[in-house]
Amino acid sequence: MSDTLFLILSVLTVAMALLVVLNKNAVNAAMCLLLSLAGLAGLFVLLDAPLLAFVLILVYAGAVVALFLFIIMLLDTTPGSFKPFKPLTIAAAVLGAALLGLGIWSLFGRAVLPDAPASVPVPTMKHHAEMLFTTYLLPVQVVGFLLLIAMLGVIVLSKKYTAPEDAK
Amino acid sequence: MIEFWNSLHPLLQAVIKGLAVIGVMFPFGGACSLIERKISAAMQGRPGPNRAIPFWFAWVPVIGPFLQRLGVFHLMADGGKMFFKEDPVPGHVNKFYFYLAPVVGMIPALTTVTVVPFGAYLNEAGQLVPLVLANLDVGILAVFAVSSLGVYSLILAGWSSNSKYPFLGGIRASAQLISYELSMTLSVLPVFLWVNAPGGEGTLSLFHVVGAQDGAWFGLWMPLCAIIFLVALFAETNRLPFDMAEGEADLVGGFHTEYGAMKWGLFFVAEYSHMLIGSGVFVLLFLGGWNPLPWVPLSDVAAWLHLADQPLLLGLLSIGIFLGKTLFFIFLFMWVRWTVPRFRYDQVMKLGWQKLLPLALGNLIFYAILIAWLQPKFSH
Repeated sequence: MSDTLFLILSVLTVAMALLVVLNKNAVNAAMCLLLSLAGLAGLFVLLDAPLLAFVLILVYAGAVVALFLFIIMLLDTTPGSFKPFKPLTIAAAVLGAALLGLGIWSLFGRAVLPDAPASVPVPTMKHHAEMLFTTYLLPVQVVGFLLLIAMLGVIVLSKKYTAPEDAK
Repeated sequence: MIEFWNSLHPLLQAVIKGLAVIGVMFPFGGACSLIERKISAAMQGRPGPNRAIPFWFAWVPVIGPFLQRLGVFHLMADGGKMFFKEDPVPGHVNKFYFYLAPVVGMIPALTTVTVVPFGAYLNEAGQLVPLVLANLDVGILAVFAVSSLGVYSLILAGWSSNSKYPFLGGIRASAQLISYELSMTLSVLPVFLWVNAPGGEGTLSLFHVVGAQDGAWFGLWMPLCAIIFLVALFAETNRLPFDMAEGEADLVGGFHTEYGAMKWGLFFVAEYSHMLIGSGVFVLLFLGGWNPLPWVPLSDVAAWLHLADQPLLLGLLSIGIFLGKTLFFIFLFMWVRWTVPRFRYDQVMKLGWQKLLPLALGNLIFYAILIAWLQPKFSH
């Protein structure tokens, strides 16, 4: 049962992730991203991590993709209004392929995968909270600070500052 | 009968329970439109729908005229019309998303109901057992997560209609719903700070929240949380005075301008289902769920009425108490609709970001300090 579900969900996730990249219509791509995230959330549920699954849905599917759609609609990106290939695209593709190759090489050639323990207690809310507030306190703070900087950056970049007399 | 029920396959049990809940939710959406018409009529001093009746039903004494004056047959005629009338699809729309949008609206509305407990009964051991389709430990998070997907229905409907007013409606909906989600989530945190006393395993389950309200209801000593949640709820369900996405005064019909027949009807069933679930979650969080009165928990009532060993009757009683409170909030939604005029769009955004969000943050800090001070005194 869970093996079948795993197959269905992982195929859904990967196929939709591919469609995000290959789709010419930006709205279609955003909807595929939504389905891919839903599949990912399903995989988290299969791994007994419902908290992660619902946070993923709440933050990414519920807010981030909605904002993507919001921007896509405001910019009206009709298909074909962009050049498919630029010199930068080739550089990015080479870099991406190199990273992928490096990842695969290190996985098969170098990685030491420990055996999965026979049984793991299902993490409760308390475990998550304890980890976030003790072991991973610094990363959480750093990521929070990074997000704050990004937010301030967006405000500075997007707001047009006018001198007081111009504003009239 | 109970033995027969227990002998069924668990999957079949789940399907039957799910269909039963949907069977209540779906007609309820229609009934809400009747309640809405009757309440708006009462508030404007007119009788409201009170004429239609099939001629053979008029022969039934007392009940016939009563149902006629209640306007039940207007509702049925309306529902029948929506199912059978021609369903025009304008030529300029994106057909796939145009058909998809109303369906997408129904999915979160009917999915969130699975994690909302709507009653409880005492088992043989004398413990309270919730009546719920899926008693998840992440309860409230699941409600927030799944209901946040409702925004796609409005965005897709607005975008796929491919004309100006629906488009504006869709844009407004996406901005408004995301803005108010923040204050909504922040406003319930004090409740869960109190429920998760030190030493516990940690839970976000709505059932435990009701269990923590055997004494004082949270709405009584966290009134600000309740008010922020309620205001955000109005905005999240797109009800007046926040129905920016629809705004028939300035946007014709907003996101559903191009829709007709049952596709249009589905948007309304989804809106009413959202209202019902939102009110239910409010009752569970702040008004004691199925506890009839503050300081009077359900188990005390069961002891007084000698219902402790009759799970069926106690379950029905608890569902009745819970639904009664929820229906009051449905009434409140309609009361507010016909009392408060619609905000301007910039006022909605100002209220969300500059008033509610700082208020919710300050409220959270205040209650975090208060609970840290109070909780040690209660736990001993």
